[in-house]
Amino acid sequence: MASHYEAPIRKPLVIGDKNYHDVSVDIAAPIEGRANRQWWIVFSIALAALLWGIGAIIYTISTGIGTWGLNKTVNWAWDITNFVWWVGIGHAGTLISAVLLLFRQKWRMAINRSAEAMTIFSVIQAGLFPIIHMGRPWLAYWVVPIPNQFGSLWVNFNSPLLWDVFAISTYLSVSLVFWWTGLLPDFAMIRDRAVKPFQKKIYGLVSFGWTGRAKDWQRFEEVSLVLAGLATPLVLSVHTIVSFDFATSVIPGWHTTIFPPYFVAGAIFSGFAMVQTLLIIMRKVCSLEAYITVQHIELMNIVIMVTGSIVGCAYITELFIAWYSGVEYEQYAFLNRATGPYWWAYLLMMSCNVVSPQVMWFKKIRTSIVISFVISIVVNIGMWFERFVIIVTSLHRDYLPSSWTMFSPTFVDIGIFIGTIGFFFVLFLLYARTFPVIAQAEVKSILKSSGSKYKKLRDAGQPLYQMPTEIAPAREVEVAEVTKPEETAKVGDLLSKLGTFDPDTDKADDLKKVKGIGPKMEQTLNQIGIYTFAQVSRMTDTEYRMLDEITGAFPGRAQRDDWAGQAMKLNKKS
Amino acid sequence: MYTFSNRLKIGAIVLMALGVVGMGVGFVTVPSTPEEARNMVAAHDDGHGDSHAEEGEHPAAASEHPAEDAGHAAASGHDAAHDEHLMHQLQNRPWSAVYVAAFFFFMIALGVLAFYAIQRAAQAGWSPLLFRVMEGITAYLVPGGIIMFVLLILSVMHFNHMFVWMDSEVVAEDALLQGKAGYLDPTFFLIRAAIFLGGWILYREVSRRLSLAQDEADDNRNFVKNFRWAAGFLVFYLVTESMMSWDWIMSIDPHWFSTLFGWYIFAGMMVSGITVIAIITIYLKSKGYLPDVNDSHIHDLAKFMFGFSIFWTYLWFSQFMLIWYANIPEEVTYFVTRIEDYNLPFFGMVAMNFVFPLLLLMNSDYKRINWFVVMAGIVILAGHYVDVFNMVMPGTVGDQWSIGIPEFGAVCFFAGIFILWVFRALTKVPLQPKRNPFIEESRHFHY
Repeated sequence: MASHYEAPIRKPLVIGDKNYHDVSVDIAAPIEGRANRQWWIVFSIALAALLWGIGAIIYTISTGIGTWGLNKTVNWAWDITNFVWWVGIGHAGTLISAVLLLFRQKWRMAINRSAEAMTIFSVIQAGLFPIIHMGRPWLAYWVVPIPNQFGSLWVNFNSPLLWDVFAISTYLSVSLVFWWTGLLPDFAMIRDRAVKPFQKKIYGLVSFGWTGRAKDWQRFEEVSLVLAGLATPLVLSVHTIVSFDFATSVIPGWHTTIFPPYFVAGAIFSGFAMVQTLLIIMRKVCSLEAYITVQHIELMNIVIMVTGSIVGCAYITELFIAWYSGVEYEQYAFLNRATGPYWWAYLLMMSCNVVSPQVMWFKKIRTSIVISFVISIVVNIGMWFERFVIIVTSLHRDYLPSSWTMFSPTFVDIGIFIGTIGFFFVLFLLYARTFPVIAQAEVKSILKSSGSKYKKLRDAGQPLYQMPTEIAPAREVEVAEVTKPEETAKVGDLLSKLGTFDPDTDKADDLKKVKGIGPKMEQTLNQIGIYTFAQVSRMTDTEYRMLDEITGAFPGRAQRDDWAGQAMKLNKKS
Repeated sequence: MYTFSNRLKIGAIVLMALGVVGMGVGFVTVPSTPEEARNMVAAHDDGHGDSHAEEGEHPAAASEHPAEDAGHAAASGHDAAHDEHLMHQLQNRPWSAVYVAAFFFFMIALGVLAFYAIQRAAQAGWSPLLFRVMEGITAYLVPGGIIMFVLLILSVMHFNHMFVWMDSEVVAEDALLQGKAGYLDPTFFLIRAAIFLGGWILYREVSRRLSLAQDEADDNRNFVKNFRWAAGFLVFYLVTESMMSWDWIMSIDPHWFSTLFGWYIFAGMMVSGITVIAIITIYLKSKGYLPDVNDSHIHDLAKFMFGFSIFWTYLWFSQFMLIWYANIPEEVTYFVTRIEDYNLPFFGMVAMNFVFPLLLLMNSDYKRINWFVVMAGIVILAGHYVDVFNMVMPGTVGDQWSIGIPEFGAVCFFAGIFILWVFRALTKVPLQPKRNPFIEESRHFHY
């Protein structure tokens, strides 16, 4: 990879003078802390929506698809609209983690984890629709080419709906593997910090025994690169195949060759908008403003602007070619979109998707967090309507005027959609409390080149790392007296286990060398009578607890930082 | 400073001279009457085995030409109308040969310009060392653009029959073309072409000026300005590139339409452009002119060649498969004629543009080997020439195509101008930018 050199005009990606330890602490904080009331409120709302959605799904399957607003002409509407919308949202995650990795975009490191989580969760939502929109979902396994007792009755590989099955299932599995591989070092970090045995066990299980050896890292990098190389064509092909559902047909308004790249561009567009929505909240709630900076938001806005322009260009192309083709059905399809009964949906889609991202040309606007948040929601609404317009307006009026009709959704259509939104947020909220939401290993890898602390040092012409210059001289040590009589017993207890310090024969160590012991803590320890590494290295869980009782500061800190282990090593060295 | 080697200069001039001769032969041997055309085709068919063995091409449909001409009224065999049609096709051949070659080299320069603008807009840290090479290649936009424009004017002035919609007699009989007359109007067509070319050349010149000014400046103002121009250009390019492809290529088959077409041309343009950047960079480096360019830069260029080759294939396949799948008669004729009359070039180009790069450039060690990249690049360039050939020829010469003296002549001629102009532009300024804010990153670039 590139060296630590970075052009001075690049802005820092990690602000607030963070060092490696700060990164771990900041990222682990939401997992190690407890959920607050707001989290529970939001989680309950999402859960309620999910339960409502499950009810609507059960009602559909047990009663029949006729509970939806579909009719004989418009036989795809909210179901496939939602399907394409969720798949589209799921694309940004892979794009951020794979495509931006291939393009060596360092800023992706703070957002890729959450974007990938978003991919997984939204592809799960998308995956529901192909099943529940079936008339006989219990026969869904027939789409899989498995040998069977019907004389090996096979599937027809000519249908894009079958390609969808392969595309979505491959996409979900590859994304999941890609995401999980990236999580290994981060889970290991949580595992190593865990205080509670249960937590330690769980994170020990999910981190697959990651120890971070050089060979592991080398293979880790290679795997990431190969998976990124595979995920990029995959991400393009998945939404392409989804677009084939329409483009291979002969329906005017559907049959057009631009759909494959244009759906992909739209997917990136809507996916980035969703990432933007979620991360703007997350950086605030999880206090990650130092990692997900305004620059990240700005860059995501630029991606939204670029893909929005590509989508706009595709709209214009479609309109032009519809006119140019001289095919009256095609021409009518677009006339109907603009002036037919669903003109409002078309207008909404045009204004949300084409006009709204164009405001990002102004730096003031694209660096404003509030406006970015609003626009990101607007874009998601617009992209939902884009799919709705493409699907419904092309179906409800096509070749035969005698089959022209209208579509309006029922509460079941709407309920299922709301249910998937609830499901998505249930998963995402759980994720935000249990997973390291930022890839700490990756952020640490760019800290020296792009962290503001190191950039400042480099600008000042100072070395990024300074060897500690003086070895702490053997200090004159006065054995301090413990003042509080009620603590004397406890201290005596502790010292009896750790061994006492005799200023005449022993030499005091610089306890500050132990990570987690600052000057203040050293003073406290000295007051108790702990001066040497040897003493600290004898500490076990019981002693930690006793120490916590005496000092009353930073409970669990000593154990988490493993003072005893560190001291043992330092003791051997000195 | 780069000095144009005499050998290369003489080589380019020889290429141009050969090209002029080849193109001249093409123009001299066209038939001037329908009878002559019929006789030529008959004679050609007699000598079928020999002539095609030499060319290494075997158009399956060449011997069964009469009734196969889809979309035209020539069902009754050798009647006068058919002979006249045949004459037009044969008369178009040298023009089309020139047009294909002119567009191919112009497209390379335009693709490089788009790539250059993307590098600037994206603030790439690896590529600033190659900016002068890219600027040198885009210098060809001026002569190449002028030639394209002259060719378009000549078409509008009826020196050839490449664009049938320019023929008012044809339009009078064709309701579909009348419907498109609002857009496919000769004057409007030329105005559009002038706007596209003007915009592209304007950006090229402005960016070059700012890029050179940045070398002498003591702040980054020119760099920032260049960044803004690049962003603006990319928007302009996104729109005009699509329209250019509809105008200059798609309207050769004026009954056919495809929404994807503009982006398909774009992909071909990018991959050819990047390939030429890689080849010229390797050449200059081998002569010792780009000391700071290392094999990581070549590796990156080769990755782009690889990636865009696959992207091109993706768009090619999307367009082809969707039309093949739905099989709607008004669209599918486009591919029917190509598969019947251009079988080998049509599928051969997919092999050259997809299979070869895929296999050759997959390995990351190979992407660092200069001669390997050059070999892959030659296959890619040849493949994209055939791609343009496949897009233009069926609409102009139909099944009367072959790759012979006129085609080689035109390629030689334009290759000669291209080399002459590009390398002359490279001699103008030092090949390494001095004060680009990313130049240090680019020099340290190692992957």
